[in-house]
This record gives sequence, structure tokens and C-alpha cells, in this order.
Amino acid sequence: MKTKQRDKIIMTFLGWGVAFLVFFPILWMAITSFKSEIDAITPSLFFHPTLESYTTVNERVNYFGAVINSVVESVGATMVCLAFAVPAAYAMAFYPGRKTKDLLMWMMSTKMMPAVGVLVPIYVIFQQLGLLDTWTGIIAMFTMMNLPIVVWMLYSFFREVPKEILEASRMDGATPMQQMRLLLLPLSLPGVMSTALLSIILCWNEAFWSINLTSVKAAPLTQLIVSFSSPEGLFWSKLSAASLLAIAPILVFGWLTQRQLVRGLTFGAVK
Amino acid sequence: MATVTLKDVRKSYGAVNIIQGVDLAIKDREFVVFVGPSGCGKSTLLRMIAGLEEITSGDLMIDGAVVNDVPPDARGLAMVFQSYALYPHMSVADNMAFALRLAGVPKAERDAKVGSAAKILQLEKLLDRKPGQLSGGQRQRVAIGRAIVRQPKVFLFDEPLSNLDASLRVQMRIEIARLHSELNATMIYVTHDQIEAMTMADRIVVLRAGKIEQVGSPLELYHYPANTFVAGFIGSPKMNLTQATVRGSHAGGVDVQLPGGGVATIPVEPRNATAGAACTVGFRPETLAMAPEGPMGGKVAVVEHLGGETLVYVDVGDGHLVTVKASGSTSAKIGDVVRLAIDTVEARLFDAEGQAMEPMNRRAIAGLATAAQ
Ligand SMILES: Nc1ncnc2c1ncn2[C@@H]1O[C@H](COP(=O)(O)OP(=O)(O)OP(=O)(O)O)[C@@H](O)[C@H]1O
Ligand SMILES: [Mg+2]
Repeated sequence: MKTKQRDKIIMTFLGWGVAFLVFFPILWMAITSFKSEIDAITPSLFFHPTLESYTTVNERVNYFGAVINSVVESVGATMVCLAFAVPAAYAMAFYPGRKTKDLLMWMMSTKMMPAVGVLVPIYVIFQQLGLLDTWTGIIAMFTMMNLPIVVWMLYSFFREVPKEILEASRMDGATPMQQMRLLLLPLSLPGVMSTALLSIILCWNEAFWSINLTSVKAAPLTQLIVSFSSPEGLFWSKLSAASLLAIAPILVFGWLTQRQLVRGLTFGAVK
Repeated sequence: MATVTLKDVRKSYGAVNIIQGVDLAIKDREFVVFVGPSGCGKSTLLRMIAGLEEITSGDLMIDGAVVNDVPPDARGLAMVFQSYALYPHMSVADNMAFALRLAGVPKAERDAKVGSAAKILQLEKLLDRKPGQLSGGQRQRVAIGRAIVRQPKVFLFDEPLSNLDASLRVQMRIEIARLHSELNATMIYVTHDQIEAMTMADRIVVLRAGKIEQVGSPLELYHYPANTFVAGFIGSPKMNLTQATVRGSHAGGVDVQLPGGGVATIPVEPRNATAGAACTVGFRPETLAMAPEGPMGGKVAVVEHLGGETLVYVDVGDGHLVTVKASGSTSAKIGDVVRLAIDTVEARLFDAEGQAMEPMNRRAIAGLATAAQ
């Protein structure tokens, strides 16, 4: 009984410790963002809090424009991605061919290549098609970027749905579209939701393509952070303020949906 | 009217032939049962009829029209799955109305049809529940109800009762048989339980390894199995299949030497029975009797008292047990040395390949007439 209690205390401390380590950079960033640039260079915890950096950031860039770009691009890309991935995962889960497993592996393997390897061809293609710095371009890019993982996740969620249920619906006259809309999506809703949430988060946090393919009009929040990182040397406080502003929406979003995310990701295992 | 005809239907997965040429004509309003051991291809054959599985070669005809390439819902069939396959997120009523909803039937008509099906199956009080809130037997009834609502030409059942407990199974068996006569529909029913086959079928199709072993009425199969496989599969307790040796043949039948030394004359056409050939004699347990003069002998190994009757297992040598159905008041005890008398008219003789030799005086059997048509 005693040792059990002691173990529990140790585990609690360990848990908090790990959580603190993970959270510390964000905390530090938050603190720094309220310092003046002078204070920001020193690691001191005692300073006069000021909103100076935030006002500067707001004066220098269009924060809400970037928020709108981020929302449109991540949600839009996720929706386009699902529109392709749901039928693909349905076909792979319920009408597998001899090469289905290989196909899934191959799709995943494209994620193992460094993105910079295809930067030049993609940049040129985007330039030729006039897609640079447009919503369409970024949505297309994010869609292609997330398609493998979204198909893969949906595939594993769909496989949890007994195939007799879809067979029964085929006997009842359901077309493939009806099978997906009336049975598959409602039955694997937690999984589909968490896939969509994950896709939104991945798009939101994406920096490489958004930095390289956008400048002003379609620039999402990640681009906004970058604009504070270089020109006239580093300004820690402003950079922190910009970063915090960039991640704040997705932090709130993630916090609100964490229950759903966890439920979806453990959906198969628990059932 | 709904007939189902299979002409040399085959199915292979790659190089593996699962169904190896099935010919079968199912008549209108017939209740046909597919039986066979696990993995013999019963479900595959049924699913091919349903349209859920492609037909590799051969023709499937419904009412005379080839439907190989017709999608499942257009074949006019309904299927009841072993796992029920109800739509978990829909109420019982919505489950039953799903096909009608897809077909664009107006709500009032849907409700009426679901209502009358629910009445037949005593599901009226459960219409608002979700499948997860039902017992196994109730789920099974909903699955059947979902099939009934569509008014199909042919009902397909794939082991619908195998997830139910024994007493519920008996009850549902009776209910399905009642439905068959009420609905006047053709039914094809898959099971590996030969009791279900015997009690429900107009005709039984015995399958083994993707081939039909025999087709016939339950009693025909029981009394005149075409080979040792069917003989051993149909009937409970099982038919005794005893190795014996042919001694010779004559106008009265074939003389066989039984374990324990005795000789019996089995009245069958001798065909290729030559003296010294190995053969198998089949005796139903109820055609054997313990009698001092019997040609077979052995030691009682096990006695099972079932109340009204007793099953006595006699070791006739080499550990081969012969089952004898005796009266409930038999005095046989383990260790008794007994002789067994044989009703040779009811005994069946199989050649070395296990094929039955034709009995000389086949009796007319109730139900045989329809099967022979
Ligand atoms: N997709 C498949 N690929 C390869 N072989 C298959 C496939 N589906 C079924 N089989 C094989 O086909 C054979 C027949 O299967 P089927 O399900 O029809 O058997 P069954 O008679 O219904 O058995 P049970 O009584 O166990 O349900 C089995 O040996 C099975 O392994
Ligand atoms: Mg089966």
C-alpha cells in the first residue's frame, strides 16, 4: 500500500516534469513577448511587462489577414483532401486488390523525401500556372502534402467497420456514394473528425511551402513569423509576440478539440 | 415465381478453385439448405448468388434470366447475414426501411410496410431502439425483418442462427419455417448444422470442398446417402461406418465379412464388388440391436443415457466404436460383451472409393417424390 502511494507520487512528479519540459519553450516565448527588447536579451524573470511588441507587430503586419489566410488554407485543404481521400480509403478498405498494401506503402514513402528536393520544380510549375501567392496554390499544395497520411488514417478507421454492413447496404441498393455518406462516415465519425483535425493542424503549422510559395496576399501566419526573424537582426521580443500570435489560434483550437482528437486516435484500439 | 438455376458455376481466387462446378436447379418456393463442413464454400456460393462475389465462370439464372453481371440490389434478393449486419447508428425502423428509402418509396408507404413486417416478427415495441439495445434473438429478427420489407423473390440466409443459444435457435428455426410458408418465397439457407438442414429443408445440398456431394430431400439423404461423406454428415447420432471385406456376391446381394467374424448379406446391386475387396458398411444406430445371435460382436465401451433412449458405444475391435440406439431401459453396462444384430435392408454398402452401391429395393420416401421431379 505504502509503495503504491510512493510510486504514484513519483509518477505524478515525473508527469509534471515532462509536461513542463515540453511546455517550457512556449512559456518562455510568452514571457519574452511581454518584455521590452532590452529585457528580452537577458534571461531575467523580473521585468516591466509591456505590450510594446504586440503593438509594433500589429502596426507592421496585417495579423487578421494572415489569420484568415491560415484558416482558409488549412480548412480548405483539409476539405479538398477529404474529398479525395474518403473515396480512396473506401475503395482500398473494402475492395482491396493485390497491390493495395504496396500502394499504401508507396504513398507513405513520398512523405519520407525531403520537401526541398522538389522545391524548384514545384516553384516553377506554380510560377507558370500563376499559382504563387494564391489560396488555390497553397490549398493544392497542402492537399497533396497531407493526402498520404489522411488516406492512411481513414483507411485504418474504415477497416474497423464490418464489411457485412456495407454488403447488406449493397443488397439494399446503396450506391458507393450512399454507402459512404449514409454508413461509412457516420459509423467512423470520430476517426474522420480526428483525421480532419490533424490535417488542419498540420496545414496550420506548415512553414516550408507557405514561406516559399507565398509572399503577401496568401501568406499564412507562419510567413508572418518569418518576417520578424531576419531583416535588421533578431528582435526577440517582437519575434516572440509574432510567434505567440501565430500559434495562439491553433493552441486554442487544439485545446478545445483534444478530447475529440484523443478519442479518434484511440478509436480502433478501445473498441 | 422465382427459380434459381446454377450452371457449372465456378469461383477461383487466383489459382485456388473454391467452387468447382456447381449445377443446381432451385424451384419456386423451395426451401433449399446448403450444408457442409467449415470452409467447403457454402458462404461463397451463397454470396455469388447474392451478387456480392463475382462468378468466375458458369451461369447464374434467376427466373431463367442470366444475372451474372446484374448488381445485387437488382437481382430481387434479400440476404440475412450471420453477424446480422444491422446499421448500428439507425433505429430498428430505419434499418428495416433503409432499402425502401433508397428506392424513393414515400414515407407513409415505408411506415406501413415496416409496420406489417414488424407485426409478423413481433418487433412493434422495439421499432425506436438502436440495434445495440437489442438481444441477439431480437437483432436476428430485425435482420429478417429488413429482408421481408423488400418483398424479395428469394431469401438468402447465411448461418443466421449460429450466434444464438440453443433454445433460441430452436425457436427461430420454427419461426423461419413458418415464415417460409407464410411468405411463399424461395429460400436458400446455409448452415453447417445438419439438424437445421434436416428440419427445415425441402431439399438439402451437401457440399464438400466446393463440389456438390448429393442433392435430395432430408429423408432421401438420410436413408440413401450417395457416399460415405454424406452418410457420415447427415443424421445424429452419426451413421456407423464400419470397414469390412467383400466375401462374394449373388442374386440376393453382397456378402460382407464384418469385424468380429460374422458375415452379413447386404441387399445391394453388386456392381464391381469382387471378393476380397475392401468396403464400408453403414448402419444407422437405430437399425442395430443387441441380440445374442448377431453377426457383429464387441465390448461395451460407453453408455449414454438420454432418458427415453440410450446410446451404447460398442468397441468391435481396434477401438472402432459402433453406436447402437437402445431403449431407455436397456441394462447394458460398460464392459459387457455383446453381439449386434443388423437390419440388413437398412444397411448401406459403399465401395472402396466410398460410393454407395445401389440398394435393391429402394422404398418410396415421403418427400422423395417432389425431389425426383
Ligand atoms: N478472398 C478470399 N481469397 C482466398 N480464399 C478465400 C477467400 N474467401 C474465402 N476463401 C476460401 O474459400 C473457402 C470457402 O470459404 P467459405 O467462406 O465459402 O466457407 P464456408 O463453407 O462458408 O465455411 P464456414 O462454415 O466456416 O462459414 C475457404 O477455404 C476460404 O479459405
Ligand atoms: Mg460461411
